[in-house]
Amino acid sequence: MKTQIQNGRVIDPKHGLDKVQDVYIAEGRIVGLGTAPDGFRPDRVVDAKGLVVMPGLVDLAARLREPGFEHKATLQSEMHAAVAGGVTSLACPPDTDPPLDEPGLVEMLKHRARVLNLAPVYPLGALTSKLEGERLTEMAEVRDAGWVAFSQAERPVVDTEVLWRALQYAATFDFAVWLRPQDAFLGKAGVAHDGEVATRLGLPGIPSFAETIALATLLQLARATGTRLHLCRLSTAEGVEMVRKAKEEGLKVSCDVGAHHLHLSEMDLGYFDTHCNVMPPFRSLRDRDALREGVREGVIDAVCSDHTPLDEDVKQMPFGESEPGATGLELLLPLTLKWAQESKLPLVKALARVTCDPARILGIDAGHLGLNAVADVCVFDPEGWFKVSPETLKSQGKNTPFLGYELPGRVRYTFVAGHLCYEAA
Amino acid sequence: MKMRNPQLNENGELQHLLTIEGLPREVLTHILDTASSFVGVTEREVKKVPLLRGKSVFNLFFENSTRTRTTFEIAAKRLSADVINLNINTSSTNKGETLLDTVDNLTAMHADMFVVRHAQSGAAHLIAQHVPKHVHVINAGDGRHAHPTQGLLDAYTIRHYKKDFTALSVAIVGDVLHSRVARSLIHALTTLGTPDLRVIGPQTLLPTGVEKLGVRVFHDMNAGLRDVDVVVMLRLQNERMRGPLLPSAQEYFKYYGLTPEKLALAKPDAIVMHPGPMNRGVEIDSAVADGEQAVILPQVTFGIAVRMAVMSILAGN
Amino acid sequence: MITTLPEAEALYAKLLEQLRPRVRPETAMVGIYTGGVWLAERLHADLDLRVPLGAIDISFYRDDFHQSGLKQDIKRSHIPFEVNDRHILLVDDVLYTGRTVRGAMNELFDYGRPASIELVGLVDRGGRGLPTSAQYVGETTEGPAGPMLVLDRDASGRLSLRYDDERAQ
Repeated sequence: MKTQIQNGRVIDPKHGLDKVQDVYIAEGRIVGLGTAPDGFRPDRVVDAKGLVVMPGLVDLAARLREPGFEHKATLQSEMHAAVAGGVTSLACPPDTDPPLDEPGLVEMLKHRARVLNLAPVYPLGALTSKLEGERLTEMAEVRDAGWVAFSQAERPVVDTEVLWRALQYAATFDFAVWLRPQDAFLGKAGVAHDGEVATRLGLPGIPSFAETIALATLLQLARATGTRLHLCRLSTAEGVEMVRKAKEEGLKVSCDVGAHHLHLSEMDLGYFDTHCNVMPPFRSLRDRDALREGVREGVIDAVCSDHTPLDEDVKQMPFGESEPGATGLELLLPLTLKWAQESKLPLVKALARVTCDPARILGIDAGHLGLNAVADVCVFDPEGWFKVSPETLKSQGKNTPFLGYELPGRVRYTFVAGHLCYEAA
Repeated sequence: MKMRNPQLNENGELQHLLTIEGLPREVLTHILDTASSFVGVTEREVKKVPLLRGKSVFNLFFENSTRTRTTFEIAAKRLSADVINLNINTSSTNKGETLLDTVDNLTAMHADMFVVRHAQSGAAHLIAQHVPKHVHVINAGDGRHAHPTQGLLDAYTIRHYKKDFTALSVAIVGDVLHSRVARSLIHALTTLGTPDLRVIGPQTLLPTGVEKLGVRVFHDMNAGLRDVDVVVMLRLQNERMRGPLLPSAQEYFKYYGLTPEKLALAKPDAIVMHPGPMNRGVEIDSAVADGEQAVILPQVTFGIAVRMAVMSILAGN
Repeated sequence: MITTLPEAEALYAKLLEQLRPRVRPETAMVGIYTGGVWLAERLHADLDLRVPLGAIDISFYRDDFHQSGLKQDIKRSHIPFEVNDRHILLVDDVLYTGRTVRGAMNELFDYGRPASIELVGLVDRGGRGLPTSAQYVGETTEGPAGPMLVLDRDASGRLSLRYDDERAQ
């Protein structure tokens, strides 16, 4: 199948490209930009006039809910949501049930994803057995099972001795370790940022230093062990500063932020809106602004969806009993575009944070439109604003604080390895 | 995105009472004035009026409190409503039925009003957003968030003894962190124009940024009580007396218990309030609790009238 | 709308003369807020009654509560005498449907069992919907059906009547 995408504005952040031209795809790869290769005869021509043609998005955190949580969402529903959002590569945290701590489980997940023939899935392995923070998983044994990195998802390693050893062991084999900086004790009963709003609403708080204390520990251990450390879901201004310094020092660290954290703050909790119950919590406006600036400067490498589909039942509860998390795959591009517009950042720079930058962190050859690259392509309408509603979301989880918002960037076509996986109705 | 004040109906009238925060001064004054009329009723031979005849009030207590439930029950009965008490134990592993399932079931039994107490902040808001339009919800305490009828009865008591809010110093002492009573009283008094509001307690019992609620923070009780007109003592829960927040009840009493000596620092005619039940010898000395300046029992009496006022105003809107 | 309004002070004088021979010093009097209380205060003084004056606000006994809700500025009812076995004069300004009187009687009975209740009104404008009638009336008048007839009292205590077109009954 040969495809020609015509007259689109082609944006490829990795190569600094922003130009109206045609894209030629054959045998799953990009075979030409601007000029067709000799003898190219398209089987399909896609008219992209007025549309943006970009690499498919690479999402560093998408919970696909299998195995274990099929009642909340299924691999199938969420993979459809991914391509509907222009996402063509996904990393999945290991907090499934059972946790992804054995090669068999990872194999099965990858296989199930492959059968659907949508986007490739890159599972993160559990750093410790059952995520319990006590025993290391067999990291080296399974290097070929397709584990891209090791993570604890939402479960901090309580014992810093274990944490140290786990990082050492991972460093031995040059595995990356992805951790969300969160102290195991500080604010453990908390459900909201420890600040003015939580005080007013009477919600137990999670102080900012629950993040920065853990961050200090992780950075010290990364310095001591030389581990490649990826920090997940920063939420505080101080945290961004610490990562900036660590990078200046030359530590091998990278970090990401959830797309919703670029837009919302504690103020959005309103009257106990449980859709704003996310982890880490939405913090102050100052924190939110620091995150936005961090992404702009590149201190924060990537923006991810932190996709967590939930059923309405677990959100229709008192705030403190509701489950944290927001659905996000289909909002990753719109929220990134909204941030870019508001930050007055050119798309060719802004979109790096959802394409080539996360691909680099994942260590995969994706997220760009170079010649001979795998043809993962997202075509969207930059003027296509849409209202977020349960009906417009393909994900089984309709839980998002953005319900009712109008957002830019409706995806029109998504190609994965040259195969048209999604076409807007 | 739900930004309309969830307590008001489309005409801007009070549909539910969930929190005092955000209610205009006129609404609070209307409730206090109406309560004053009900005080007259409660002093009569027949302490009942027919306002809520035929209405069903469901006391929905997910957190046990015989005392508060009783005051609501008396208030509803004095308004001639039918009262149904439900104590629902959430600590049991009863995971099957959700909170809103329970509410739906009771609504189907033609409830007109829910009086809700729940250990989670925001529970009453959740119920209020869920019930059909004709049903009213009164928050009888949700987590650490709000206990608006208590805040109103405290305000009523203060007005009764001090007449005018706009020249008062009021100190709230103790476990503000966990206290919905403190939060509701702070909102009531700032709305009613009290110029000097103080909270007194160790750092461990004061929430982050409490000064943003419009209060001055004191850690030294002697400094905080100086020349105040009203002292409101908060209850310290047993489980918090020893642990990471406080070393012991004895030490707490020494530094934050209200004794006659400490009370002497307040104005000579200062009144002492407590939402009850009291821990004598922990937050308050018996000599103060039973002393002339204590108005703790009148608070209870006024509480009935305030709840009658709230119920009848809501039912009429 | 042109209607001749009765002169309130003249009606008051007529009412006073009707009552003067009928009351005894131990007669009790209760005014219904707001106009009835004004009237009762004057009558109580002019008739030199010994039992202290009572006043009731019937807001908690209104039969239209479920339509109109609770009104603002409710006064506290105050009956400073033993109601049981007492002969009571119940005073209202304008008598109309009878609903206010019914509420007032219900409320009085929650204070005790009076020996008798007689009704006093400055104006009876007809339109009764309940079987109540007044024993002492300044004047019976058939006014327009729509607007509400209200009693005013100025700073000097002078009473006057007017139609309030804003408030239809």
